[in-house]
Formats: sequence, structure tokens, C-alpha cells
Amino acid sequence: MTLQQAKFQYLLRLGDSSLIIGHRLSEWCGSGPILEEDIALINIALDFVGNATAFLGYAATVEGNGRTEDDLAYLRNEREFRNLLITEQPNGDYASTITRQFLYDVYTYYLYDALKSSKDETIAALATKSHKEITYHLRHTTEWMYRLGDGTAESHERMQNAMNDLWMFTGEMFDMDEVDQTLIKEGVAPDLNKIKEQWEAHVKPVIAEATLQIPSYNFKQKGSREGKHSEHLGFLLAEMQSVHRAFPDAKW
Amino acid sequence: MNFIGIMEDEKKLAAFEAKIASGQKIEPKDWMPEAYRKQLIRMMSQHAHSEIVGMLPEGNWITRAPNLRRKAILLAKVQDEAGHGLYLYSATETLGIDRTELLDQLHTGKAKYSSIFNYPTLTWADIGAIGWLVDGAAIMNQTALARGSYGPYSRAMVRICKEESFHNRQGYEIMMHLAQGTPEQKAMAQDALNRWWWPSIMMLGPSDDQSPNSDQLMRWKVKMESNDAIRQRFIDRTVPQADFIGLSIPDKDLKFNEQTGHYEHGPINWEEFFEVIKGNGPCNAKRLKARNDADKKGRWVRDAAMAYAEKKKAKAA
Amino acid sequence: MTDTQWPVWEVFVQANPGIPHKHVGNVHAADAEMAIQNARDVYTRRSEGISIWVVPANSISASSPEDQGSFFEPSNDKPYRHPTFYKIPEGVKYL
Repeated sequence: MTLQQAKFQYLLRLGDSSLIIGHRLSEWCGSGPILEEDIALINIALDFVGNATAFLGYAATVEGNGRTEDDLAYLRNEREFRNLLITEQPNGDYASTITRQFLYDVYTYYLYDALKSSKDETIAALATKSHKEITYHLRHTTEWMYRLGDGTAESHERMQNAMNDLWMFTGEMFDMDEVDQTLIKEGVAPDLNKIKEQWEAHVKPVIAEATLQIPSYNFKQKGSREGKHSEHLGFLLAEMQSVHRAFPDAKW
Repeated sequence: MNFIGIMEDEKKLAAFEAKIASGQKIEPKDWMPEAYRKQLIRMMSQHAHSEIVGMLPEGNWITRAPNLRRKAILLAKVQDEAGHGLYLYSATETLGIDRTELLDQLHTGKAKYSSIFNYPTLTWADIGAIGWLVDGAAIMNQTALARGSYGPYSRAMVRICKEESFHNRQGYEIMMHLAQGTPEQKAMAQDALNRWWWPSIMMLGPSDDQSPNSDQLMRWKVKMESNDAIRQRFIDRTVPQADFIGLSIPDKDLKFNEQTGHYEHGPINWEEFFEVIKGNGPCNAKRLKARNDADKKGRWVRDAAMAYAEKKKAKAA
Repeated sequence: MTDTQWPVWEVFVQANPGIPHKHVGNVHAADAEMAIQNARDVYTRRSEGISIWVVPANSISASSPEDQGSFFEPSNDKPYRHPTFYKIPEGVKYL
């Protein structure tokens, strides 16, 4: 695998995850639990769309085949997407959305922190900008973990259910393959084993303070590195890409 | 109320009207006639509800926006609508009514919101048409209201107008791209204009001969201009914008009057307008249900946040 | 528990370093941290601020319009509190 191929794959992972989780958050638009939170969610979604645009744009540049960020977002099929499985999980209730976001935010908080010192200057610059946004997202979701985990009996139960459902998607966040090996060697990407340690050290005390339990099962879902997704992604893409694909020659 | 009480009120009323006539703003703690307070609550909450309900037809298309740039712009715009709803609820609350009650009036159908949001967004071009026409019409109305007499409302309007000008432009830009695009895109733009034109000019309210007790509201600077005057200005500004991008206004009677310098339009279907206001528009039930569902779905979240805040306070004490 | 839209917090934003925080509006929030975050999302979407204060609305005490006369008019007849009250001969500097 060449450095260029590895970088392209890696940038798709970053860009796709942002694109898909941003899409999920934007589905809340107009139906949040209170007006202020509606605004907060759209704000976070907007950060993700910006992040996806930047990383997919750079992926297109690295690929060098004349594709654009829009081509990558709108004209690839399910099996070509590299977003993490957790990002495509449906919103469910507000407990699921917050739990999904928290588990993912802690991951990107450490991942992007490491990417700030990537030897690839563009990645380093994008990571520096994004890390500030993620720091805020994480602050927002962490507070909500406490509020809902330790709020009422109902909110606690909903949060525990969400944790039980989503925990299985956290394992593959740290899976490494040839792409990672190639980039670690060149100082472009970090070793995910280290990110995993940081992630665990961060999520465990928050989950405990939110009076929640980490599920006891050890089974973890995997597949996004090879574009093997859950059934949800196909529907999401069908919706997202519908207008763009219906008018192949159009400019917008 | 006894005689002295009535005299007192008349004196206060005279002072209140003099203050408004001299161009000063009325602030929340100032004395105001009950009719003024009631009218403002009605208008301002209706305005706030319109922003919130208005998020729904546009929110529809965020997940399907045709490229990433358009997606970001639409998200930012819909977020602004939510923000504007918030400013307006907040300004309304200064009149001594809280948001829980205002929302309750919306959810039970007691309060109205702009008729325009009861029309469906059927294609991507509708997002362009809404920004261009609906926001365009709203801005006409809002710049007038920014000069109104009630301080909090007027300040909210100033802020909103400043933020809304991008909405109007992005809508026109979408339409321009479509109008200059493929034949299918151009047809899509024309179709959207055809469907949104009449509802947009109707949303500025019934014509002056059907809009009662405007005199007092004008004197109190609650209303600044008549509906027909605002409508005329909107039409005069918008028709050349349509011409410029090669789209045609769906009004066969529309013509420019050289003498007055204004466009004259064909008859407006007021029957349709009043039906939609009454609740019989294509999406009234759907919009109201969406707001009610969100409120019900959010209840346990609001409760949990309060319960947690109280727990924390108790621990700190 | 009755349904609420949460308590109201008044929001003050400092636009630039060195100038005072200015009242910009309010937000609803269950706690102070949430009030700060909501204020950030609602009132600084277009880079309007560098610092935010939030205060529970019910903690603010205010003078009332009826007090205007007795509070503020007495200072109108004390022009000697303003430097322009004093005439200084031309040529005298640093006063």
C-alpha cells in the first residue's frame, strides 16, 4: 500500500464519520427537547458538516483523480463509505443521541489531539481547527451524560438502555490495519492503542459519575474499515444523495 | 374601578401616548394599556411561533441538500430561525407571560402562526423560493416593526433583520443557479415560484379594507404600516428580481403602471388565505403534530435536567 | 413534576477585550453551565463575543419607572460635577 492510498483511505474515515454523524444530528432539527437544545444540536451538526467538507476535500486532492468533496459524499455507495458504525446508528431517543455523541466525542477528542502533530501539514492544520470544536462538543455532551444519567428514574433507565445498545460499536474505533500501519510509520497518524487507553481512562469515570454501568458483554461489532456497515447506512445515503443523484448534470 | 381610578388611567394613557408620539420606546416595567399588552403578546408570540414552525418545512431538506455547501448554509439558516424564535419568545416574556404558556397556546391550536408554513416543501427549489420570497416578504414586515414602540420587540427585530438579510440572498442565489442550470432545474425553479408566489404575498395579511382597528395600533406604533403598503413594496422589489433570472411571476394581470411607478397585481384568493388561517391548509395538521410530538418527546429530558440541577443544588447546600 | 421550559437567565456578552459586558437577551436553562452554553449558541453565532456572563433572571433587582423622577432628576442641577462647568483661561495646559 502506498502512502497516498493509505492517506486517501484514512481521510475518508475521518470525513465520512463527520458527515454521517452530522447527518444524524441534523435529523433532530425542529424536534429537540427544548428550543435551546435544538440550537445546540444544529450548531454541532454544522461543525461536522464543515469538518466533513474539509477532510473529504483533502481526500479528493490526495486521490488526484479530479473528484471533489461532493463527488465523494454524494456519488459513492454503501460499501465505499468508511464512517465508524457508531456514527450511523439511528438517533433513537435523546438518551441514545447523547450517549452516541459522548462515546464518539471522547474518541475524536484524543484522536484529533494526536493528529495536531501529524507530519502531514494539512491534516495537522485541520485537526487543530477541529479540536477546538470537539472540545466544546465534549463539554456539551458530558454535561448531558450527568444530567440524564443521574436525573430521574426514567432518564436513568433510558441512558442505561442506550449504553447497552451502543457499547458494542466502540470496539472498532480502535481497529488498525495496513492503512494505519503505513501512516504510523510515516508519522501521519497515531497508534490507536494509545488513543484507546486515553479513551477508556476518560469515559469510565464519566459513566460512573453519571451513575451508569458499562455493559458486561465483551462482544464488539466491527466492519467499517472494510465498508461493512449496519443496515441503517443504506437508508441514510438514499436520503442524503437523492437530489444530487436525480440530476446528474446539475450544478447547485 | 372608581371615578378617581378612571381619571388616573386617562392621565397615564395620555402620558403613554405622548411618549410614543415623541419617538420614545415603551419598556417592560412602564405603564401600558391592557389592550396594548394583549395585542403585543398576540403579535409577538405569533411571530415567535412562526419562526419555530417555519423550521419544519425547511428542516425537511437539510438531509437532502444537493451539495455540502448548500447543506451547511441551510443548517445555519434554520438555526437562525430557531434563534429568532428564541429572541421573540424572550421579548414576549417581558410582558408577563412565560414560554411554557406561550407554547401551550401553540400546541393546543389557540395561537396562530404565519399561514405560509402550512404549505409543503415539495422540491429542493422550494428552499430557494422560501429564502427569496418568504424571507423577503418577512423582512419587509420586520424592518417596519423594528421602528415599533415596544422596546424589547423593536430590539429583537433589529437583531433579526440584521441576521435575516443572508437568508434572503441565499434563497435568491439558489433560484439563480437553478434558473441558469439544466432545463429540469429551471422547470423546478419556475414550479416553486408558481406555488410560493401567491402564498407569499398573502402572508403579509388581509387587505386594508378587511383589517380592522388599525388606527389605534398605528398610533401606538404596534403596527407601522398597512398590510397593503408592505405588500406593494414587496411586489415592486421582487418582480424585477424574477425578471433578472428569467423566471415569470404567475400572475397574468401583473403590469407596471408608469404613472404610479408601481406594479398592479391580479386578484388575490383571500378565500384560500382564510381557509389556511382557519386550519385547513395542506400542512396545518402535520405541522401542529410535529410540534406537539417534539414537546411530548422532550418532556422527560426537561424533567431530568431540572431534577439533576435540584439534586446538585441540594448537595452544594 | 410540572412541565417547565426551565428558569430564565439573563445574558451579558463582552464583545471585545477592555469593554464592559452588555446585556443581550436571555435563555432558558436548567443550570448555570447549561445557561452559559446556551448563551454561547444563541448570542455568539456570528463571533459577537469573547466572554459571557449569565445571571438567574429572578436574582436581578431593578429600579422602577416611578422612581425616575426622585432617582435621576436631582443630578440634573449639579452641573459643577462636569469639567465643562469650569472656565480655564486660554494658554493654561494640562487641566
